[in-house]
Amino acid sequence: MDWEVVIGLETHVELATRTKIFCSCTTEFGGAPNTHCCPVCTGMPGTLPVMNKKVLEYAAKASLALNCEVTRYCKFDRKNYFYPDLPKAYQISQLYLPIGRNGKVPIKVGSEEKIIRIHELHMEEDAGKLVHDNWIDQTRADYNRCGVPLIEIVTEPDFRTADEVIAYLEKLRSTLEYLGVSDCKMQEGSLRCDVNLSVRPKGSDELGTRTEMKNLNSFKAIARAIRYEARRQQELIELDHKRVIQETRRWDDNKDASFSMRSKENAQDYRYFPEPDIPPMELSEAYLDELRANLPEMAEARQARYVRAFGLPEYDAGLLTGTRALSDFFEETVALGIAPKEAANWMMADLLRLLKEKGMEPKEMLFAPETLAAIIEMVSDGKLNRGTASKVFEAVFDNNGDPAAYVKDHGLEQINDTGLVESTVAEILAANPSQVIEYRGGKEKLFGFFVGQCMRALKGKADPKAVNEVLRRQLNG
Amino acid sequence: MSLSDLTALELGAKIKAGEVSVPEATRAALDAIEAKNAENNAFITVLNNRAMAEAEEIQKKISAGELTSPLAGVPLAIKDNICTKGVKTTCASKILGDFQPPYNATLTEKIHAIGGVVLGKLNMDEFAMGSTSETSYYGATRNPWDLSRVPGGSSGGAAAAVAARECWYAIGSDTGGSIRQPASYCGVTGIKPTYGTVSRYGLIAYASSLDQIGPLARTAEDCAAILDAIQGKDPRDGTSLDVPVGGLLSGLSGDLTGMKIGIPVDCFGDGLDGEVSQKVLAAAEVLKERGAEVEEFRLPIMEYVVPAYYIIAAAEASSNLSRFDGVKYGWRAEGYSDLTELYNKTRTEGFGTEVKRRILLGTFVLSSGYYDAYYRKALQVKAVIKEAFDRAFEKYDLLLMPVAPTTAPKLGESLSDPLKMYLSDIYTVSVNLAGLPGVSIPCGLDSKGLPVGAQLIGPALGEGKVLNAAHAYQQETDFHKLRPTQKGGAE
Repeated sequence: MDWEVVIGLETHVELATRTKIFCSCTTEFGGAPNTHCCPVCTGMPGTLPVMNKKVLEYAAKASLALNCEVTRYCKFDRKNYFYPDLPKAYQISQLYLPIGRNGKVPIKVGSEEKIIRIHELHMEEDAGKLVHDNWIDQTRADYNRCGVPLIEIVTEPDFRTADEVIAYLEKLRSTLEYLGVSDCKMQEGSLRCDVNLSVRPKGSDELGTRTEMKNLNSFKAIARAIRYEARRQQELIELDHKRVIQETRRWDDNKDASFSMRSKENAQDYRYFPEPDIPPMELSEAYLDELRANLPEMAEARQARYVRAFGLPEYDAGLLTGTRALSDFFEETVALGIAPKEAANWMMADLLRLLKEKGMEPKEMLFAPETLAAIIEMVSDGKLNRGTASKVFEAVFDNNGDPAAYVKDHGLEQINDTGLVESTVAEILAANPSQVIEYRGGKEKLFGFFVGQCMRALKGKADPKAVNEVLRRQLNG
Repeated sequence: MSLSDLTALELGAKIKAGEVSVPEATRAALDAIEAKNAENNAFITVLNNRAMAEAEEIQKKISAGELTSPLAGVPLAIKDNICTKGVKTTCASKILGDFQPPYNATLTEKIHAIGGVVLGKLNMDEFAMGSTSETSYYGATRNPWDLSRVPGGSSGGAAAAVAARECWYAIGSDTGGSIRQPASYCGVTGIKPTYGTVSRYGLIAYASSLDQIGPLARTAEDCAAILDAIQGKDPRDGTSLDVPVGGLLSGLSGDLTGMKIGIPVDCFGDGLDGEVSQKVLAAAEVLKERGAEVEEFRLPIMEYVVPAYYIIAAAEASSNLSRFDGVKYGWRAEGYSDLTELYNKTRTEGFGTEVKRRILLGTFVLSSGYYDAYYRKALQVKAVIKEAFDRAFEKYDLLLMPVAPTTAPKLGESLSDPLKMYLSDIYTVSVNLAGLPGVSIPCGLDSKGLPVGAQLIGPALGEGKVLNAAHAYQQETDFHKLRPTQKGGAE
């Protein structure tokens, strides 16, 4: 039988506000256990949550950017359950009036375009972390993450393949990153995704019984988990003639398999009710208009503009707009008077390579557009040859050093002394008489050998064009 | 006249004039507590040395002219559900028996700011759940008017301490009558302010949407001065209102000319003790003499208020009290083999019967399948109650009604029949559901010699009107000056 896979996603995204959702503790990742918390985020008796207005702004922006209807009058609710990582024994979340509803996210897989519908987007607080020490058989609680603001974005069951899921997540990550509302770092848990998946015979309109998969820590893991779970469900039905059980499963990336965590029979009753400590929030039309007017140009729009206005290939434009930090870097470099193609070439060849080597995100680099512009100008002014320029780039990248000073200190200025080039070429030819004879006898690929010898003798600082010219003249002469 | 007979404002004036020193007043209060607390058990914690040290400090500041409040230097006590940094705050529960908050409630900070000397922490019903102050893990408080009777609750310690002259005023909290009803049983004046006017930051929550801090004192004037000090917007409490406050004391004219007072006849029917009814209606006559127009009207909500209150309060309580799980602070049971057992044992052993009853009730009404039938319906009733009051206040400036159906019952009478105890809250809970200010003033003694209270209710932010009427009444009467006959006191 042909099967169709039906997937819906619940994505939790940590908002990049400086302080927590209901207190003024820092949201910074890490830190020694229980150093980023206070009586409020640890739920001490008598303390009260106070809404961080920035969270509301970020959540409203995200709702607008994902084409959601924004709830004008929104409220928080309490989700009650006991667990040691949740110090109040309830999570402040939104059930009845989430801030965003009925959104739409267009995605593209290959040449296929598709709309993914957003069921809702709501605000909530994150819980802490439990660390189990097997050695002493103790569990310790770290409340640093308690109260870090989250938005949860719930889609309709609109995905049919892992590729669509990844395309959506890429789009979501890019959108939220461009908005500046989240870092979306999966490795730090600032973007976490649960996958709801069911299978049904192709052509059927009914949804099968779904499972929910948790602990998916990378896009790769998500793709693998989807393939695994789809196959598991199909085999369960086709080979074992069993039913799929509605349950929550935990993905184990090391074992490349998922394991049952809890079934629906053991599902908790969260006893939601309106949060009495936080008054309802009203979002005025004027406030939303202002947010709407200030939404930034998103990745896709920028990519199209780079192709249209700068004549960049679509692929290059796509890479450069991969993150907002990278795209902003490119635009700032161009704004300094550098030709867009030149800036793009440098970023594709040198910048992206270095970032990858160092395992860095564009937003983490100190390296400034002014520095790249200075290097590019030194090359076009003939002060530095292109090869050496790459080395200078690498040398000043980490600390955003002064390239001119580096060139000077290391004596890397381009040799524009034609006399020196002439005499060096003559010396090299004199020292390699047999190769000269072979070349003149027709073995033209030896030309590169002579260029290499000359450049080495000139310590790589000569203008390669000049060396080529002189060599050709002397060899042919 | 002894120091203990002064009102808080009178003592404040004498301190300001240098006729009485703060340490002298504090010593007198601590002596009274020493003499009476063994019998009435109004205090859970008495801060002997700390209060004396605080008194010395405050005296210096007053002498240096740094404290100008009319209550500067006046000793007081605080209900044990309001956080006091470094001082045990137990909520009268075993589960918070050793809890010393590392922070002050906003209320505590405001009291420090005016130069209040905190004598100790007051007994109460466990987690403010109860109408008798008998559910305290630290033993029942007794009524200074008759030690075989309850002082009311949940702020029973506060009312008893003020009535027994162990302090000049006390800070309590009122979720469904917990200031007004004990004030009534103990013959003192107590006001529950408009919801949102006194910060709840640091008040250990029972029912967040109903809880409100307020004062218990000898007179309406004292209450006005205390509210002037403790009301106001607090950035740490999202539900605190950003409205102008203050000026209550200076606004007390005692003039009731043209004031319209409505008497809801629905509150004077079955279940109300005849003597209480008669005393409250007599109070209406006094207000009339002072220029008020008094009129009877229908407020047809009374049969719904108690169920709506207990559903909402229990629902919020079941959530608010979940954090007491033995993991982070407070008491933890011994001998558990896994997490569920740790939770179960700690909460089974740490909470008293009444608290567990309300947690179970609240958990039930929020459960899937019951939410709509109970909790949602209760919220609708709450809205109806609020509307009924709004309509009443279109016509009247104030409402006058009883505080409680009877005077103070004997110890042990109420807890045996919780439903009866809940029903006795009928005249107070609607004020919390509607978020309104309500004051309880002494209006005489019944034939058993027990105080009767009358309740004046105002529209939202109508504290000025409520206290002015109470003040006018107290200018005409001496019921608030009567003192109990508890023996063994340093009279």
